[in-house]
Amino acid sequence: MVANTMSNVTSDVRSRKIAAVGPYLKSFSIVIVFVVISAFFAVANEYFMTWLNWVNLLRQSSINGILAIGVTFVILTKGIDLSVGSVMALAGMIAASLVTSTNQHLVLWAILAGAGTGAALGLVNGVIVTSFNVPPFVATLGMLSMARGMTLIFSDGRPVPNLSESFRWIGGGSVAGVPMPVLILFLVFAVGWIVLSYTTFGRYVYAVGGNEKAAKTSGISTRTVVASTYVISGLLAGLAGLVLTSRTTAALPQAGIGYELDAIAAVVIGGTSLAGGRGSLVGTLFGALIIGTINNGMDLMGVSSYYQQLLKGAIIIVAVMLDQFRK
Amino acid sequence: MLSLPGAEPEARDHAAIGLHDQPLLVAEGIAKSFNGVPALRDGRLTVRRGTVHALCGGNGAGKSTFLNIVMGLLHRDEGSIRIEGVPVDFRSAADALRHGVAIITQELSPVPEMTVAENIYLGREPKIGGLVVDFPKMRRAAKQLLDDLEFDVPVGACMRDLSLAQVQLVEIAKALSYRADIVIMDEPTSAIGEHEVHILFNALKRIKARGSGIVYVSHKLTEIFEIADEYTVFRDGRFIESGPISSIDRNHLVTQIVGHEIKTVERGQPNEGAPILLEVRSLSRGSHFKNISVNVAAGEILGIYGLLGSGRTEFLETVYGIHAPSEGEVFLDGKRVDPGNPKKCIQQGMAMVPEDRKDVGLVLCGSIAHNIALSSLALRAVSGFVRRKAEAAATDRMMRLNRIKAASPHVAVETLSGGNQQKVVFARCLLTNPRLLICDEPTRGIDEGSKQEIYAFLREFAAKGNGVLVVSSEAPEILQISDRIAVFRQGRLDHVVDGRETSQQMLTDLAS
Ligand SMILES: Nc1ncnc2c1ncn2[C@@H]1O[C@H](COP(=O)(O)OP(=O)(O)OP(=O)(O)O)[C@@H](O)[C@H]1O
Ligand SMILES: [Mg+2]
Repeated sequence: MVANTMSNVTSDVRSRKIAAVGPYLKSFSIVIVFVVISAFFAVANEYFMTWLNWVNLLRQSSINGILAIGVTFVILTKGIDLSVGSVMALAGMIAASLVTSTNQHLVLWAILAGAGTGAALGLVNGVIVTSFNVPPFVATLGMLSMARGMTLIFSDGRPVPNLSESFRWIGGGSVAGVPMPVLILFLVFAVGWIVLSYTTFGRYVYAVGGNEKAAKTSGISTRTVVASTYVISGLLAGLAGLVLTSRTTAALPQAGIGYELDAIAAVVIGGTSLAGGRGSLVGTLFGALIIGTINNGMDLMGVSSYYQQLLKGAIIIVAVMLDQFRK
Repeated sequence: MLSLPGAEPEARDHAAIGLHDQPLLVAEGIAKSFNGVPALRDGRLTVRRGTVHALCGGNGAGKSTFLNIVMGLLHRDEGSIRIEGVPVDFRSAADALRHGVAIITQELSPVPEMTVAENIYLGREPKIGGLVVDFPKMRRAAKQLLDDLEFDVPVGACMRDLSLAQVQLVEIAKALSYRADIVIMDEPTSAIGEHEVHILFNALKRIKARGSGIVYVSHKLTEIFEIADEYTVFRDGRFIESGPISSIDRNHLVTQIVGHEIKTVERGQPNEGAPILLEVRSLSRGSHFKNISVNVAAGEILGIYGLLGSGRTEFLETVYGIHAPSEGEVFLDGKRVDPGNPKKCIQQGMAMVPEDRKDVGLVLCGSIAHNIALSSLALRAVSGFVRRKAEAAATDRMMRLNRIKAASPHVAVETLSGGNQQKVVFARCLLTNPRLLICDEPTRGIDEGSKQEIYAFLREFAAKGNGVLVVSSEAPEILQISDRIAVFRQGRLDHVVDGRETSQQMLTDLAS
């Protein structure tokens, strides 16, 4: 009898440990993929492992990373946001128009206008999805086109150049050797991570994605939660638009075309399930880093951009296949 | 080419040759672990031709795991399975079906967008010229099958539009349509009413007479004594004992299942003059139920009894605010309840254990801890932040209180046994400190020991001056726990009777 309980206790402790390590193992595997890919490029090209290149790589990944973090929220609720590329273009365009040599405003206004534009368009997405029951794919596909149209109308199809020095600092500046875009990415990640893991809202996001009916029965305002994720995604797209515009030193009407695909790819590589309810921002961050590393590494190796596209697509599929296999 | 309504599997030919007294199925020493945690240590089962074999055991005893292994849905770590003396190792359900083994799994898996007929013949549709699905033939076959079984389900209906009970009947019909030698039924009656159970048992008797063997799992012991010829008990993943059902009584079986003797719960004394907690005033909702007025006093358990389709579930869901009523009002503690808003209902002190835990009760991919805390997160949060320590303490307490058997609070709910999943739903409801607990089939899939615990709990809960509104299809259960019983018939409240003075016969008569 005593021996019996003893063995029960030990097996209990052991299983608790296994269960507790599980989630970490999961995010760990994407780190391994990241390390393997980096190691490959490090062997292939000696410049890859330099400090300078890594700073560069991180900077290149930051815009996609910011977008992907927003899209993660949406995908966790079983939704999708295809509009982020266009939203970032419009946000960047509106912000830029406030800080040109002919129209000088405080940078703060430009930032608020850009982020606000993104959040507003996100809210429109959210309301269309939750109040009118339009499938997220369709609603945000519509927004993809509408936001691009608005960008073209607003700019008359022309770029907005000559941006003020202080505005260009957002994307071009650095603090203690760390480029601003990278800083912004880490800030966004930290806030997003806290929201998802420590707030009731974060819990609700997972619950709604896992089983919307159960969430509703449990007393969660599922519509508000879902709509909020689109606002977050829009807001971060606006922020990414600011960074992009500032870095390119001009707002381009065709900016951000196709960016939504890289963002979704980062989320999926990061292990977030398109079926909702499962995933993490750590995964997404590494997903974005993996895509950035592939781009950067192949650039260094002088692979033509045609082949880059092909290889990137293949690597995305293989990464997700490995993930499935592991399950 | 198929011969409908069911294909005649090859295994039947082997059967004819086999020795007559050789058992149909022998499984020995079956073991299975999930992530290093043993779920099944020593599963054994011997099924003979022409018998119904009851596989009994508490929640998490490993019954489903064992049966899924037999069916090839899971792979065993150890042990052997022989069918008529021939060792088998099925790699998939299709494989098992070819060898004459069919299963009705505990967790149903219909294709909601397809019709009843399409679901039954999924993957083996009759075809014209081997290419085009012969829909008329399929419908006829399905209709024939359901008629033979006397199941009242429209073949042309979409699965999505069926009630849970009807879905269950379709899955039963589907499994029987294979005319398999061994039919495994994992809690086939947890979602259906007594009337349907009766029909099912008639069907089982016919199948038995055909020489098939049936493995039957149910936590409703009355059913087991009615239909089973032999029994086997598992406890904590181990085989305990086996024998003919005629050699034991109910008490013996319960003791074997639970591992110790259990006491049944005594009903409390009626409390005259207690204040009214819940008042429902002429509530109606479309064609589902009409003009229902009923009260629950503080300290009272009001049972609702009725046949399937009598509007019981709809009524509960409307009281809880999942649906808005077309007429009428609900008051809790004298305050009007916002219609159609579960969130407000919870804040005002209601909680609901829904009928279908998989569909509306649980976030299956979420962890136990997250599910338990879901309804009460906001109550314990500080400016939107989850208080993790308080949460962990509360979920731990609930897991102990409800005896939820799991490796850790962080495992996904979908890995729990059915009964343990139900306990998680209960735990979630209780954490909001409700005044009124609304339960729709609260002991669905729960073992005898835990059932008594739940009854005791409901009693205790009510004794503190709270109210309970409970729907159950099991007359004995309703009679055991309710102070008063409201009998529903076709969407109307027909009678309210005293739980102490009503017999089972009276109740079923009133309801039909
Ligand atoms: N996929 C899985 N992953 C991890 N653990 C599992 C999995 N499936 C079952 N288990 C565990 O195995 C044990 C036995 O579960 P099983 O479902 O076989 O019980 P059961 O006897 O059918 O119970 P019930 O009567 O509640 O349905 C449980 O402790 C359960 O938590
Ligand atoms: Mg089971």
